[in-house]
Amino acid sequence: MPDLTQPSGWLPLVFLALMGVAMLAYVILDGYDLGVGILLRHADDEQKDMMIASIGPFWDANETWLVLGVGILLVAFPVAHGVILTSLYLPVALMLVGLILRGVAFDFRVKARAHHKPWWNRAFYAGSLLASLAQGVMLGLYIVGFKYGLAQIAFGLLTGLFLAASYALLGATWLIMKTEGSLQHRAVAWARSCLWLTGLGVATVSIATPLVSQRIFDKWFSLPNFILLLPIPLMTATLFALAYLFLRRLTHDASSGNERGLERWCWAPFACSVGMFILAFFGLAFSLFPYLVVDRITIWQAASAPESLKIILFGVAIVLPAIIGYTAYSYKIFWGKARQLTYY
Amino acid sequence: MDALVLARTQFAANMTFHILFPTISIALAWVLLFFKLRFNTTHNTKWQNAYQFWVKIFALTFALGVVSGITMSFQFGTNWPGFMEKVGNIAGPLLAYEVLTAFFMEATFLGIMLFGSQRVSNRVHTIATLLVAVGTSLSAFWILALNSWMQTPVGFEMIAGKAHAIDWLAIIFNPSFPYRFTHVMIASGLTVAFFIAGLSAYRWLRGDRGDDVVTALKTGTFLAAILIPIQIFVGDMHGLNTLEHQPAKIAAMEGIWETERGAPLLLFAIPDEQQRTNRFAIGVPKGASLILTHEANGEIKGLNEFVGKHPRVTPLFWGLRIMVGVGMLMLLVSWSSAWQLLKHKQLSDWLARIVVAMMFSGWIATVAGWYVTEIGRQPYLVYGVLTTADAASNVPSTLIASTLAMYLALYLTLIAAYISVVLYLARKAKHGAQDDGHATPQLANT
Repeated sequence: MPDLTQPSGWLPLVFLALMGVAMLAYVILDGYDLGVGILLRHADDEQKDMMIASIGPFWDANETWLVLGVGILLVAFPVAHGVILTSLYLPVALMLVGLILRGVAFDFRVKARAHHKPWWNRAFYAGSLLASLAQGVMLGLYIVGFKYGLAQIAFGLLTGLFLAASYALLGATWLIMKTEGSLQHRAVAWARSCLWLTGLGVATVSIATPLVSQRIFDKWFSLPNFILLLPIPLMTATLFALAYLFLRRLTHDASSGNERGLERWCWAPFACSVGMFILAFFGLAFSLFPYLVVDRITIWQAASAPESLKIILFGVAIVLPAIIGYTAYSYKIFWGKARQLTYY
Repeated sequence: MDALVLARTQFAANMTFHILFPTISIALAWVLLFFKLRFNTTHNTKWQNAYQFWVKIFALTFALGVVSGITMSFQFGTNWPGFMEKVGNIAGPLLAYEVLTAFFMEATFLGIMLFGSQRVSNRVHTIATLLVAVGTSLSAFWILALNSWMQTPVGFEMIAGKAHAIDWLAIIFNPSFPYRFTHVMIASGLTVAFFIAGLSAYRWLRGDRGDDVVTALKTGTFLAAILIPIQIFVGDMHGLNTLEHQPAKIAAMEGIWETERGAPLLLFAIPDEQQRTNRFAIGVPKGASLILTHEANGEIKGLNEFVGKHPRVTPLFWGLRIMVGVGMLMLLVSWSSAWQLLKHKQLSDWLARIVVAMMFSGWIATVAGWYVTEIGRQPYLVYGVLTTADAASNVPSTLIASTLAMYLALYLTLIAAYISVVLYLARKAKHGAQDDGHATPQLANT
């Protein structure tokens, strides 16, 4: 590790943290709205409108976190950016097509002729699913260090499926929180089926990551690291169990018509799911550190010149608090149950 | 086809698709703010109705701009990894400032602007509308700072093959930036002015002649009539600036092969890149010298001074003529329309039809102008610093070709869908007005 008292030593660390925050914010925020898109297919027409209404004011800003995350990778670690994105050329292209499709379908579905609406709904669903799968495949291929053997590709496809299911979990739990009535009841059932796939996904990635690299294996399974890190899997398991119990309770409340019970705990499954995402993210980040490309390129090798990082950091220090501030303000304005979207 | 040509085609396809939408949303955001402020002060519902019609089109346009913009942020890396490796220290901070200061602000306040009017006060809603407009313009500021720096790079030094910043103010306000930024912002204004005038004339011709439609028609027409002479003046200044910093680009735009005094302004020619001459040239004697040097016998450097270091001539030569031709049409149409509106308070049917036909003329001029300036930078990606070939990735050409086909199919479908939905919204607005009456705005789901 280079001298951390020098700018060339600590600046890359700061930017790694910033990129981590941006990526984590993206995965959670766009995760729930992509998840809502994936679930759209299983809802009836009226519910579809309400589902989209619940994400309407947010999805645009949510996707901006991806631009920031990739932007930081681009501007702070240009060498790694080139390697990562050219290695993931095809899934990136597919993800972009997916994001384009869903982004435009969001607007077209209510502005185009009424009989075209089902087609734009399908495009919204297909785009959300394609983008989520592609992101999962990218995650899988990233973990195995961009090797393209049969096993690696199979692993990539598996992580694609798991990530899509995890996003669907976020989406379903978001809907439990933001909607009511039959849609909320339905969302509880969706969340229960997605929870198992999410748990399986987190377990699979947690087992696979140490197997890919001896260095990562030693990091986790040596003393005292093993004991110090034990809280991460334990807390994940606890959150999983909590989510399961809350969902079971909500199912019971929904079937017995206990609306007050539903309202009291409707936020809990979403909170548990977000918690699982954060923990899984930290686990993965710990495994990979200090590499940006597994066991090949470290953050210091990939970093831009200190003078450029300083000028960006200056901007980040001023602007990021403002971004967080007005994002919170926007969530406050649209707090509570979603209403049908109207422009006036 | 080789990978470089494919990578360039793919990037150009994405850029071309992308630029269509910000070109509208940048100026439309300010027009919406204008409608809103007029309503706040006059309480005349025609301004509110105009706002409510155009805000839907804004939402649609903005969404297309955002998703195609996300594509750009990835393609810097997938198509041009050498770009960031060599000049990332300069390009990085400029892009970062765009994301930080513009993207989040416009995206977040867009949510409040579009869907929050029942949840916030009118004052907050007006501020949200203002911040969206500021955000879109800030975004243009940063990306054009970077683009202009790629055309006229200053304020840096090369250390071990990588650009390092010395003076950030010089980098941002590089020699071509003030001209390019002004030119592009006015282009956005003109595109929107003709879009609003064209779509309003379309509604008007279909018998939808409410106050709000006439108000929008006037706003678009007068905006166009005011902006077009300013644009012609700014375009001329931009050309002079280019002559100073990128003479090869100007020579290609004017089809001048040999350095000459009193160079003619070619109105028509078929440039022959092999023989390095023009065929069928028809020109105004001394015209190019007069425009570019403001002297009849001024000297203009020819392409033969830059052999191997100048762009292809045909796209620049014709790109410029298309842009200028559309500009002249805009002048003619907007001034005749403004004159008719002032004198007779309405457009004659034939002029209204021409205004409808000009609805998307701003797109044509903007894309043609953009091609001139971007192709005109070739063979460099960063003028004199980095060639496009050196920045390209080694992704197999079959992969680029197949993704290119995918993008093209998607983009063409979406452009068709956009135009068709815009026209549909215009037709539907009339029915809505008949059902609900003008004073009560109809409710619409997003």
